[in-house]
Amino acid sequence: MPRSRKPEWLLQLYIAGETPRAMSALGNLRAICEEHLPDMHQIEVIDIRKNPSRAECDQIIALPTLVRRRPPPARTVVGNLSDINKVLASLDIRPAKTRSP
Amino acid sequence: MAMRRSAGGASQSRSARHKQLSKCPTGIHGLDEVTQGGLPRGRPTLVAGMAGSGKTLMATEFLVNGATDYNEPGVFMAFEESAEELAANVQSLGWDLKSLIRQRKLIIDQVRINPSEIEETGEYDLEGLFVRLGHHIDKIKAKRVVLDTIEVLFAGFESQSVIRSELQRLFRWLKERGVTAIITGEHGESNLTRHGLEEYVSDCVLALDHRVNAELSTRRLRIVKYRGSAHGTNEYPFMIDQDGFSVLPVTSMGLNHPANTGRISSGIKCLDEMLGGKGYIRGSTVLVSGMAGTGKTSLASAFAAAACKRGEKTLCFTFEESPQQVMHHMKSIGMNLMPMVKKGLLHYHAARPARQGFEQHLVTMHRIIEKVQPKVVIVDPMSSFTGPDSRLDATSFMTRLIDYLKTKGITGLFTSLSYDGEPLESTHAKVSSLMDAWLLLRDVELDGERNRLITIIKARGIGHSKQCREFVLSDKGIDLVDVYLGEGQVLVGTARATAEARSEADRAADMAQVKKAHRTLEVKRQALEAQIASLRAEHELNELHYVNLSDKRKRQLNASRTAQDNRSRLRGGTKKNATRK
Repeated sequence: MPRSRKPEWLLQLYIAGETPRAMSALGNLRAICEEHLPDMHQIEVIDIRKNPSRAECDQIIALPTLVRRRPPPARTVVGNLSDINKVLASLDIRPAKTRSP
Repeated sequence: MAMRRSAGGASQSRSARHKQLSKCPTGIHGLDEVTQGGLPRGRPTLVAGMAGSGKTLMATEFLVNGATDYNEPGVFMAFEESAEELAANVQSLGWDLKSLIRQRKLIIDQVRINPSEIEETGEYDLEGLFVRLGHHIDKIKAKRVVLDTIEVLFAGFESQSVIRSELQRLFRWLKERGVTAIITGEHGESNLTRHGLEEYVSDCVLALDHRVNAELSTRRLRIVKYRGSAHGTNEYPFMIDQDGFSVLPVTSMGLNHPANTGRISSGIKCLDEMLGGKGYIRGSTVLVSGMAGTGKTSLASAFAAAACKRGEKTLCFTFEESPQQVMHHMKSIGMNLMPMVKKGLLHYHAARPARQGFEQHLVTMHRIIEKVQPKVVIVDPMSSFTGPDSRLDATSFMTRLIDYLKTKGITGLFTSLSYDGEPLESTHAKVSSLMDAWLLLRDVELDGERNRLITIIKARGIGHSKQCREFVLSDKGIDLVDVYLGEGQVLVGTARATAEARSEADRAADMAQVKKAHRTLEVKRQALEAQIASLRAEHELNELHYVNLSDKRKRQLNASRTAQDNRSRLRGGTKKNATRK
């Protein structure tokens, strides 16, 4: 169960420098979250160029990589997140329009 | 596609190739010899092979040797095993990976990719791998890198084109970083590697193979390509044992063995005589072939004993009898080998040929030869390896062993068992051409008796006897007896003795006849001489008679002349007047 003070969703985006591809991934992610997870998400950008040991700990190979840390279990999506429906499905985010119990 | 890609790689490295190709020693037993110095320094090398062919071990040894012997730290990117598993796997080889890691000479980074957990949307690259690897290299100033097995990436990600372009970028990047890298790849059906990694690694490609033939496994290494360097193109057997990875042959590749002129006794005086009076040539290889029970081991043991008597270390590899058996049997023909073993001159190594594959035997033999440092090596019998099923393998095995012995200047004697129903002299055709001398032992059955015959089929550089000798084993030792050659046949054993006796009798009879004839002649001569004597006596008598007669006549003549003179003087006439009248 998510702890009350932290947002329900923690999404970590791994990039290596602010490359166009990394930026487009970040833009896509932000758009998805704003639309489908308003006020219940946190995005953490990890630049492995600045923090290379994170790449080893978190088993990062492909970039950009998005990891859903919360809610568990962890899910991983690689790519610039251009296919929004696929991202939603991969992260198990129910689209806002059809959200219902 | 493949051609174009490797051509691109070529133009890239062309400027570098103007310089002498620098090599990075692997420190792996034999590999640096077959590659003439090691892997191309600062470039990636692809090692392809099936599962279990020893790729990971070879790569690990490359890093361990680099870290411990060449002061070149290394990074191991493990795509399949964890650092713990790797460390545990090589612990039995005496490599302490954990200690190397603590000394900052080695980094093992396990790359875990679980395709079922990863979804892909949109564009991506493998920069994460580059960052990780680059970070490790910088951290310990690594000079060597292993990527084992990078093909896991193909299973981990959907977009094969991304993987391909990223691998291409990776290999370029490795070159730029100047690290010597080993990239392992799984053997593929139609390609060298399942995903055609050989298209990207254009500098050096090694293939490892692991074949099972007649229930014996043989590992082999082949240098598929090595740009800018001479290399052998053969398959070299290799093995993995408690000392790690070894490629064979260790040293010799060519036929530049020193030619030996010294001679070495065969241990059998008569055989030495057949071999131009001085025995075998030192450093040569001798094949002794024959059917079961023809005395091959005895001949070999006599040679061993002779070498030991000269104080030369001798090493016998026996593959059918135990050393105790051999020594016991040799004692029965008057050869006591035990004291030589005790003195440390004679060494035995017995093994079942079927116990190991060829390469393992070869390595074991190499190791023992290195340890004992013998002057003479005996392999009894080598036919254990040259059985009808696997002669091809055995030929290469023998070639390597013989080459090795020759470069070391060791005299080798190989016995070989001929099988029933095989043409005697063609049985060993493949191996015999490698041999400098070939002695053939044969069984001859005649009049219900078996006898042994020895022939020298060839002896390079020796003016040898072309004749058969009978090979006699008795409690007094080995002896060679001239066979009976006569009446258009070769006879041995009792037949020889009989024939010899028969001809002895014949000779005696002949002698008697001659003597008789001689006597007759003598008698005739004596008779003739007697005749001559009597004739001469008769002649002398006649001569005497004639002399008497002529004397008598002379006297008569004188007497009548005197009477005439007297008469004319009485008549008063002178002698002058008388004549005028």
